[in-house]
Amino acid sequence: MSQKSIDIMHARDLRKTTLKQNIFKVLGLGGVYLFLFIMALIVLFPFYWMLISSVKSLTEYRAQVPTLWPRIIMLGNYVEAFTAANLGRLFLNTLYVGLVSTLLSLFITIITTFAFARLEFKGKNLLFGALLATMMIPGELFTITNYITVSDFGWINTYTVLIVPFLVSVFYIYLLRQNFMQIPSELYLAAKVDGTSDWKYLWKVMVPLALPTLISITILKMMGSWNSYIWPRLVANDEAHRLVTNGLRNAFTDTSGDVNYPVQMAAVALVSAPLFLVFVFLRKYIMAGVSRSGIKG
Amino acid sequence: MVESKQQWKAWIYLAPAIVLLLIFTVWPIINTVRMALLENYSGLKAAGGATFNFGIGNFEKVITYRRFVQCMKNTVLLCVFTVPISTLLALLIAVALHSIKPLQKALQTIFFLPYVTNSIAIGMVFAAMFNIVGSFFGTENELIVTAGIINNVIEFFGGKAVNWINYGSTYTANMFVMIVYIVWNALPFKILILLGGLTGINKQYYEAAKVDSTPRARVLWRITVPLLSPMLAYVIITGFIGGFKEYTSIVGIFGERMGPASDSGRMNTMVGFIYDSLSNNNQGRASAAALILFGIILIVTLINLQVSKKRVHY
Repeated sequence: MSQKSIDIMHARDLRKTTLKQNIFKVLGLGGVYLFLFIMALIVLFPFYWMLISSVKSLTEYRAQVPTLWPRIIMLGNYVEAFTAANLGRLFLNTLYVGLVSTLLSLFITIITTFAFARLEFKGKNLLFGALLATMMIPGELFTITNYITVSDFGWINTYTVLIVPFLVSVFYIYLLRQNFMQIPSELYLAAKVDGTSDWKYLWKVMVPLALPTLISITILKMMGSWNSYIWPRLVANDEAHRLVTNGLRNAFTDTSGDVNYPVQMAAVALVSAPLFLVFVFLRKYIMAGVSRSGIKG
Repeated sequence: MVESKQQWKAWIYLAPAIVLLLIFTVWPIINTVRMALLENYSGLKAAGGATFNFGIGNFEKVITYRRFVQCMKNTVLLCVFTVPISTLLALLIAVALHSIKPLQKALQTIFFLPYVTNSIAIGMVFAAMFNIVGSFFGTENELIVTAGIINNVIEFFGGKAVNWINYGSTYTANMFVMIVYIVWNALPFKILILLGGLTGINKQYYEAAKVDSTPRARVLWRITVPLLSPMLAYVIITGFIGGFKEYTSIVGIFGERMGPASDSGRMNTMVGFIYDSLSNNNQGRASAAALILFGIILIVTLINLQVSKKRVHY
């Protein structure tokens, strides 16, 4: 056999294998997309079901064969949900608690972190290590005593009890400290030479530079208030101070089998809506904060 | 002189945090241990002037309490099922997302959606999906109106409707619903972390595999997983910690009854047990249970760290 014919045969083999590889590649890629689409459908389905159920009439919701798109769109369910669960009051309470606790928490986090990141004092590393160690302890362990403490303070059924016990978050301090440490200390020394006070330097230089982290913290804290359930239920479960998650669960915990699901789903959609709005506009900050935390709020 | 001035100033900056931490973090740690070690300690009785013996009675009571054993069993079962399932699914989704270009961002956003939800609110949606709607279901006056969307789907494919969470449902069915919901809820965080890890892997490894035309599955298990092991260890550890603290997702599905109407408290967890003891004014028992929970989390974390030290690449 001549060298030429061997070459031709090799080329043919090579073409065959690349063709085979390409087919596999296309098939593989199709499979990957199929898998992702199916998983995405499963992930989205509860949201879809919540939304379409929320606008169905009760009779349509209870149809033997479910409809995948509502025949009549009952926006009235939302009005009913809003009044039935007293959502207006719950939203206001939660917003107030969320805003006040976020502002105070940010302030405390910033000044505490500044001390850890820039100031020198005895036992700094020991104290910071001790703070980090408390992150290992499950929150339930604190709740038992804190419940007694706030009762002794006479804080039950007040806004204070929803705000004050959680103002210091070791996790936020840890997050912000990483950011503060990245700011070159030359800046600090230069400011000192210029006679800028620590206080001014902190708010004029460090805080603006750490803004992305501070935004992440703000969102996480607000989401935390919106989603908190256990502590508010324990200490402020009266009409005037009740928060949204708690109120939602209360309004629709029914023992009889006759629940108006469309209205319930409308209430759930209303409670979920602010979270989605925040997500749509501030996704970047949420994902950045979450990937470093692993906790909700 | 400057030194001592700075010392003094640092403590002023720290003061608010330290005061709050002393009251709401340090004191609770001490007090929890104290209450756990005072037999049958109750805040109400203490206020009435009662004294309590020092001992480990609370711990003995808690672990021999049938209700606690049930809570512990539920918690452990939930962890054992949800952590591996959600980790594996998240790994597959992350790898799949990483290997595509068009639609990657859009799909990534969809997969993150369950994270920004209220676990009680969406739990109620899951409950509605699994619910059999009807009056007096499971009793003699039974009147089923709709079997619920999940059952509709099962029936569409020729299966038989299952009583998932209503009156008279089985423990296995309840457990299944909880596992589905918790896995759904746990996916976004895991996908986010694993996808972040994948983007950090050096492309050269994959190019080498391509030259050798290594099959996909082999690339996944031999290259991706070992290089991703630090992130995998991280999501598994946080998954277990979260799993042992499971509570609100069950309230979302079953309400505060923590079980189907026919068997309240059946799906209760360790955290639920702590709050029940607290609302019964039995702080001694609650403290003992909280310390047991802490101990378990600590041990599981240490075991995980030990295993990952051996297994984790790097």
